[in-house]
Amino acid sequence: MKRVYPDKEYCIGCHLCELACMTAHSKSQDLIVAYREERGKDGLSSCKKVFEKGHTCVAISCRHCDEPSCVAACISGGLHKDPETGHTLYDREKCVGCWSCLMACPYGAIRRHPTEGKIVKCDLCAEREGGPACVAACPNAALKYEER
Amino acid sequence: MLFQPVNKNYHEFCIIRDKDLCINCKVCVRQCSYEAHYWDESRQKVMHDNTKCIGCHRCEALCPTAALNIVNKPSDFRTNSLWRPVFLQNIYKQADTGGVLLAGMGSPVDIPVYWDSMLLDASQVTNPSIDPLREPMELKTFLGAKPKRVKIVTGKDGKPELKTKLSPQIELDVPIMFAAMSFGAINFNLHRAMARAATETGTVYNTGEGGLHKSLYKYGKNTIVQVASGRFGVHLDYLKAGVGIEIKVGQGAKPGIGGHLPGEKINDQVSETRMIPIGSDAISPAPHHDIYSIEDLLQLIFALKEASEYKAPISVKIAAVHNVAAIASGIARAGADIVTIDGMRGGTGAAPAMIRDNVGIPIELALAQVDQRLRDEGIRNKVSIVAAGGIRCSADVVKAIALGADAVYIGTATLIAVGCTLCGRCYTGKCPWGIATNDPKLSKRQNPDIAAKKLANLIRAWGHEIEEMLGGMGLNSIESLRGNRDKLRGVGISDIELDILGIKHAGR
Amino acid sequence: MAIMKYVIIGNGIASIGAIEGIRKVDTENEILVIGAEDSPAYGRPLISYLLAGKIGPERLALRPQEFYEKSNVSTKLGTTVEAIDTKAKTISTDKGETIEFENLLIATGGIPFTPPIPGAEGSDVYNFTNLAHAQTLISKAKEIKRAVVIGGGLIGLKAGESLFDRGVDVTILELSPRILSLAFDENAAALAGGRLAEVGLNVRCGVTAKEIQRDSDGNLKGVHLTDGDFLQTEVVVIAIGVVPNYSLAKDSGISVDRGIKVDDHMKTSADGVFAAGDVAQAKDLLFGDDRVIPIWTNAYNQGFCAGKNMAGTDIEFTGSLAMNSISFYGLPTISVGTVNPPEGDDSFEIATSLDEKKKSYRKLVFQNDHLVGYVLVGDIDMAGMYTAFVKFQMAVPEDAKKQMMAGEPDVLMWPDDFFKDTWNPGHVEQD
Repeated sequence: MKRVYPDKEYCIGCHLCELACMTAHSKSQDLIVAYREERGKDGLSSCKKVFEKGHTCVAISCRHCDEPSCVAACISGGLHKDPETGHTLYDREKCVGCWSCLMACPYGAIRRHPTEGKIVKCDLCAEREGGPACVAACPNAALKYEER
Repeated sequence: MLFQPVNKNYHEFCIIRDKDLCINCKVCVRQCSYEAHYWDESRQKVMHDNTKCIGCHRCEALCPTAALNIVNKPSDFRTNSLWRPVFLQNIYKQADTGGVLLAGMGSPVDIPVYWDSMLLDASQVTNPSIDPLREPMELKTFLGAKPKRVKIVTGKDGKPELKTKLSPQIELDVPIMFAAMSFGAINFNLHRAMARAATETGTVYNTGEGGLHKSLYKYGKNTIVQVASGRFGVHLDYLKAGVGIEIKVGQGAKPGIGGHLPGEKINDQVSETRMIPIGSDAISPAPHHDIYSIEDLLQLIFALKEASEYKAPISVKIAAVHNVAAIASGIARAGADIVTIDGMRGGTGAAPAMIRDNVGIPIELALAQVDQRLRDEGIRNKVSIVAAGGIRCSADVVKAIALGADAVYIGTATLIAVGCTLCGRCYTGKCPWGIATNDPKLSKRQNPDIAAKKLANLIRAWGHEIEEMLGGMGLNSIESLRGNRDKLRGVGISDIELDILGIKHAGR
Repeated sequence: MAIMKYVIIGNGIASIGAIEGIRKVDTENEILVIGAEDSPAYGRPLISYLLAGKIGPERLALRPQEFYEKSNVSTKLGTTVEAIDTKAKTISTDKGETIEFENLLIATGGIPFTPPIPGAEGSDVYNFTNLAHAQTLISKAKEIKRAVVIGGGLIGLKAGESLFDRGVDVTILELSPRILSLAFDENAAALAGGRLAEVGLNVRCGVTAKEIQRDSDGNLKGVHLTDGDFLQTEVVVIAIGVVPNYSLAKDSGISVDRGIKVDDHMKTSADGVFAAGDVAQAKDLLFGDDRVIPIWTNAYNQGFCAGKNMAGTDIEFTGSLAMNSISFYGLPTISVGTVNPPEGDDSFEIATSLDEKKKSYRKLVFQNDHLVGYVLVGDIDMAGMYTAFVKFQMAVPEDAKKQMMAGEPDVLMWPDDFFKDTWNPGHVEQD
């Protein structure tokens, strides 16, 4: 399956991927509205997170592991593996906000929704034409969406 | 601040931030290596300091909402055609620092650009033009000494055989090469990009004087290695690594001046490649201390030929200066295979501004004179001529070849292709585009995958355009264009300029 | 009936793990799941959410119904397996069926542990480990005003909280000096206990029930405590913990210790018989020995590993890791690995950071330059990053340790090779 692979050698720490992620998951689909309004009001947040240490940085999000710890830890059935696409799917309706996945994921790729008792996790922009928004937004090809 | 000293007040640029568009996402803050943008904790928004802006446009390019515009500062000095603002600014600066004014990239001063005063010919009716999409078009060029005449005999199998022993040649699929920019002045990522792009497009890149990183030896077939006055990174394997060796005597941007790569740019990789300690300044003397005459140059040329077992043509690169034609003749007679002329608009990582803007001559005039002189002396075949310094587009390349060049070097255009906006602050090591910097945080802004693709695209694009222009003139090879000044006409220039260029005025 | 390639006894999370494990390898052969409870597999921890009224019964199912169809799983629910014949490789059920199997997984989970308390026998004393218990308590909650929960561990606290949410006045009794004594230390317990007290739950530590008082008709009246107090109550919930439900295995001659003994492939002493989940005694990641760690994630992982091995792959179980994530009325807590190292053992190094005002606490336990456990209260967002260090047993150099202690662990602290293999595998620089 295609996954998003971050390359820390060329991640420039611009955080544009986070903005793209947020916009892609916003109601308005408009960066300015998403960032200024939905972020505060609806707790819209990015599935992507950029980490920086010295001159190195990297943008990470859910790896859609073959055998994900989050699915093993999920008590509500809100996380499961789609056997066809290989995506690790998140069902917001089922999630009870127990944070077990957040604890179990050793990749730190799951975060709490700022205002709701739900998690925020990468869905590979499954609905988006042209693949994940973060990859499209990366100005330095430090995110690649490909089959490996 | 209530009080602004005059040198701060007369900064060059203003950052215009559109409040309706800015979302305070701090992308600009992270991108600006000059800290012109900053996050204001008390106001809880992104603010900027115009005095720090160098006009590189990096923030503008990365701003996700297009909220930024960088403009020249509208407030100006009183109009004065003698005391133009740049002179005032420079004096303020020097009155503060007591130092030499430094500058980066090529000279921006307003001296005639002869490319713009030359027009190309095209065929009509009698000598039909050629469609490069339908008919063969040869851009291949060989750099190196050519024999005066060739002897061909019939071999045992009845086929013709070349009896003359040819000098080594550098084979170029397009007559455009990536100019010498040292590893150190620009970073490893760009060296990789140039090496890959040169390989992909069948041309060569020049290492500059910083040596050759060990992982780039595999691109040797597309590499010219340079030997300059500092002799950084020069050893036997290095000399044998490329398809050609270039002795750098002078550089168009700073004729008569050496080089100085500050210690801050000497990281572990640069240190290993240049063979100098980490953090030590790399100083290239103004002259080669073993060259004080044409005879000395001859010795070095043949030392290098010996070292490379006569397999690599030797190029000698000089800046375009007043007596360039005579010097080129001497170089040809000293046994060089290629003479490279670098015009005064050539780029640099760092040069004293006074030198860059006031020393040397334009490449167009130098090139025409060198070609003519070598022809007159009957030694044009002994060397190939490479023109450099201010080649901006494929038409410039065509004009250069028509003036007598075998090929051209592009340096500034190479950097522009990967994002350079000619802000001219290469010497600070803080290049926001990740080009003239070895700061790992900045140099990673150049992903060699992307950069290599862009460089290869540029070469291909220019190649296509050259084919079209050649075809339009009814020519089907670079060979037929070289020194073919009949294909050029001057516009708006004086008789003496036309004479130096060796071309007729338009209409004639 | 033909020989079943795969039979799973138990219908909990280990069973789901096993199905998904088998299907990773074998997408064809039918799987039979036999469950004692007459309901589809549900998230056991969800019963506290159900009892609290936070979710409806429709959200209990762990996997949608089509999961079973798509995975070619047939189920026999409300069916108890009475015996396993390990030689003949058959099982017999209370419905009188005998089923031949090729691979069997025992995933029968745990049963509530009930200490001998005088008066415990009789009405209105409940457990809280399965759906039936929850449903009973939901209907009971409407009639009662007071309840006493015995046990201040995970199940007890959740039971208490859920009853409290139903408007019941709840007192939780915990024998040890603090709640969640295994997963928490004093600081974490104090913060969590404080939050519960703030909301109005009574938590009493250091005491437990001495006797349950009943009237002459046997009606529950209250609880006598070990400190001499008496609490009036209408309901007692005993939630001390669970013990492995291994009698079926034991009676069938399968080796058991504290749980069913399994090797590193989750195989029991009997040929073709595997065990997973709360019933199994499997390898511990940190200590290397075999332990029963009745934790959700382990159950799934063990089931998954067993499933793959049942389907013929040779996969070793990486080891169980104790981990708990519990929230107390909006105050989240997470505890992973060794959080209370034995006192006086110098090989451990503990770093804590407590902000009582912000209700934030962080405890990191290092051993020989490795992170072996941690507790987070309040600010839990970086939990996974700590888990990585425990789970992957990566060495923690001094500067990384500092960064962790500052609450800022991240993936860039990983060894370079491991980072690349994980995040950017197969990527080779051209030059």
